[in-house]
Amino acid sequence: MTYEFLQQYWWFLVSLLGALLVFLMFVQGANSLVWSLGATETERRLIVNSTGRKWEFTFTTLVTFGGAFFASFPLFYSTSFGGAYWLWMLILLSFVLQAVSYEFQNKLGNLLGARTFQLMLIINGFMGPLLLGGAVATFFEGSNFIVEKDKITDMASPVISQWANASHGLDALLNPWVLVLGVAVFFLARILGILYVINNVNDENIRSRTSGSLVWATICFLLLFVTYLVHLLLKDGYAYNADGLILVEPNKYLNNFLSMWYLLVVLLVGVILVLYGIIKEIVKGKSSNRKSIWPVGIGVVLTVLALLLCAGWNHTAYYPSTADLQSSLTIANSCSSEFTLRTMAIVSLLIPFVLAYIIVAWRKIDKKKLDKDEIVNDEAY
Amino acid sequence: MQEILSTIDTGTIEWSRAQFALTAIYHWLFVPLTLGLAVIMGIMETCYYRTKNVFWRDVTKFWQKLFGINFAMGVATGIILEFEFGTNWSNYSWFVGDIFGAPLAIEGIVAFFMESTFVAVMFFGWKKVSAGFHLAATWLTGLGATISAWWILVANAWMQNPVGCEFNPDTMRNEMVSFADVALSPFAVDKFCHTVISAWIIGAVFTVAVSGWYLMKRREIPLAKASMKIGAIVGIVAAMGAAITGHHSAYSVAQVQPMKLAAMEALYNGGTDQSLTGIALINPFEQPDYANQEEPELKIAVPYALSFLATNDLHGYVPGINDIIKGGYTNADGEVEPSLEEKIERGQLAINALAAYRQAKKDGADEATLTSYLSTLSSNMKYFGYGYIRSVDQVVPFIPINFYAFRMMVGMGCLLILFFAVILFFVYRKDIARAPKWLYLSALAMILLSYIASECGWLVAEFGRQPWTIQDMLPTWVSVSHLQSSSVMITFFIFLALFTTLLAVELSILVKQIKKGPEYEAQV
Repeated sequence: MTYEFLQQYWWFLVSLLGALLVFLMFVQGANSLVWSLGATETERRLIVNSTGRKWEFTFTTLVTFGGAFFASFPLFYSTSFGGAYWLWMLILLSFVLQAVSYEFQNKLGNLLGARTFQLMLIINGFMGPLLLGGAVATFFEGSNFIVEKDKITDMASPVISQWANASHGLDALLNPWVLVLGVAVFFLARILGILYVINNVNDENIRSRTSGSLVWATICFLLLFVTYLVHLLLKDGYAYNADGLILVEPNKYLNNFLSMWYLLVVLLVGVILVLYGIIKEIVKGKSSNRKSIWPVGIGVVLTVLALLLCAGWNHTAYYPSTADLQSSLTIANSCSSEFTLRTMAIVSLLIPFVLAYIIVAWRKIDKKKLDKDEIVNDEAY
Repeated sequence: MQEILSTIDTGTIEWSRAQFALTAIYHWLFVPLTLGLAVIMGIMETCYYRTKNVFWRDVTKFWQKLFGINFAMGVATGIILEFEFGTNWSNYSWFVGDIFGAPLAIEGIVAFFMESTFVAVMFFGWKKVSAGFHLAATWLTGLGATISAWWILVANAWMQNPVGCEFNPDTMRNEMVSFADVALSPFAVDKFCHTVISAWIIGAVFTVAVSGWYLMKRREIPLAKASMKIGAIVGIVAAMGAAITGHHSAYSVAQVQPMKLAAMEALYNGGTDQSLTGIALINPFEQPDYANQEEPELKIAVPYALSFLATNDLHGYVPGINDIIKGGYTNADGEVEPSLEEKIERGQLAINALAAYRQAKKDGADEATLTSYLSTLSSNMKYFGYGYIRSVDQVVPFIPINFYAFRMMVGMGCLLILFFAVILFFVYRKDIARAPKWLYLSALAMILLSYIASECGWLVAEFGRQPWTIQDMLPTWVSVSHLQSSSVMITFFIFLALFTTLLAVELSILVKQIKKGPEYEAQV
């Protein structure tokens, strides 16, 4: 394993975690619809309990995504988290609200009331996908930072990564393209959430309310996603040469997809699976087999994976700096040492084992679909 | 510090420290109960699995409910902690991310997924999976939490005792050279054992106290008696284990962080045959005049005990604060310890050599020039962090916090051994259901006291490390992110308000749940 291979490998793993995270945001998508899909308190509890059996996966994937980024690309961790302070803090706060809301909302003695905790889930349902989608968009749109490693020896100002403006990440939300992708991810999370609820909850009343929401979320998502994809393929990107010098390259991402044709195939297969699953569910309606979440989910993972790999592979700067071209982060200039990447690569061999027990546990818990009887007579939030 | 940092707001450093401390303290309110209750629930469910007596299932379910309420808060506060290394300590994240990131990533891959997968099975799987699978899920949830503790404590231990790494002047960071040295350092092993065992005590005290409350109210007697027995056994084993591992931890600290030990002991002037201070009078609000005082006032001490604690030898040499400042004694590595002045000088040499090397490389200097700078850097690298220090006073941690926190932790630890022994006496020799009321009330009081002891342990560990984020390598003011202090101050108060509100909610729910009591499917 060469150093370059390890860099590519770890970018793949981080991208895979990112892609799985977007899929797992079905939890946020469904939570954002708690009050519209659930007409009665029991129906709302059904939705909350349905996502409540999976929220830990989303949360853990987010934490592991952060940890893996820290271990493999510490300069990104240092620059983005320390620089885009407010963007990340808002994301984290929304996830803190989510973490307690399941357990607390229907317990005796919860001082704030069940509706407050439902509201917290809904806030996370809106903010989580929107802001995480926006954060992903900065991989293509860039951020306003400067990196100067020599500053470590500067007694007066030893911090190597600095944000070039005072907004500390909120400026990203002023970029319309960041918002386009952020809102697209929000609607994608809603599509996934609706399909998950259809699959996981055995309640015809809730199901009857999903079709309208699914159509609207699909229309909004497709408009925004196609717009962003066209913009991405036509925009300039940052490339780096053998000496590590960063250069602007016209149509960089289009070139990446053409030179890495296999990623284009993955992207197209992903998009087709997403469209197939959604259209099947809309057309068949109540007579569908309720399993559209799986083709759509796999499609989402493949699509996001292809996009993230396109952002970092093929000598592309995955975190472009709009303040200083040469400060842009690439998988070569921001990664850990060869020793650490190799050590962590050995640890990553455990991932299939982890995935295997997740699948076993998931299947056992979901064997019987959630219904009102279980909410009333069994363990439930 | 102010005179050397022209572009970093000193408020940013203090608010970042405060925010991290706040998050860590809150996080540590919930984690020990999670770790402790996991063991107790595991034992109870094993009783159910072996006996098939549904009483044990009901007992397990009751404690699981309380576990779940607490678990959520641990998760909520934990996510902030991990990301704060990046958001508030960005320079740190680059300077040592090559080493420090690995344990956090492994924690996610190995521990968090195990915890999050099986916790759902544990709560919702009673009627969906077999009894054996459910028992495995309960133990695996606890194991996941414990493995998580292992990796985060490996990371913390590395900050106290940075091993297995080398500085790379070309990448301007420290890089890992031995994973085994990082993951299995004796310092990490001691820290893990002491911390996790102390967490079991919290779980045991909580179990005993809640059970005692039921007995005092004359309700849920079978559940309370059974739980009290398991809680007290786990408690006394853990409390004695904490004493043994505590000794190992103190020994480790003496070897690699002598200044921390001196601050814990308020040992201004050391020597051989040192006594361990039981109690002394130190103004809790200001740094004592260690340079001119011989020892704290009204000192009552146990002869030779500090020498034994620090060196495993009743006559061993223990340096005091002034000895460490002056240097000249033989340290744990058998070398003559340089004075702090010399360390500062050599640290500055290292930093200047690094700057010169980087500049020379940019200018295309010849190999001999580069080698000369690297040689200076290499021979002084051990004291790199001291190059950022401007006065020896900066290297002395705030003594009162370390001194009192250490005493409270040890004192409570001894009290806990006595407490569990008394409980076990009533369990086995008397009738615990008819014990005097003061015993039940003291059990309730022990919840607060054991939490204080537990938090004091962290205060000693972290305040004793000051001013370093990484011992001898990087002080806090070089580790911080480039942020306005107002931003960090705002997030500090947001977290303070949020965590305090959620803590109040959690306590309220816990109390209601305990008052409501278990739901029996079995006849009791």
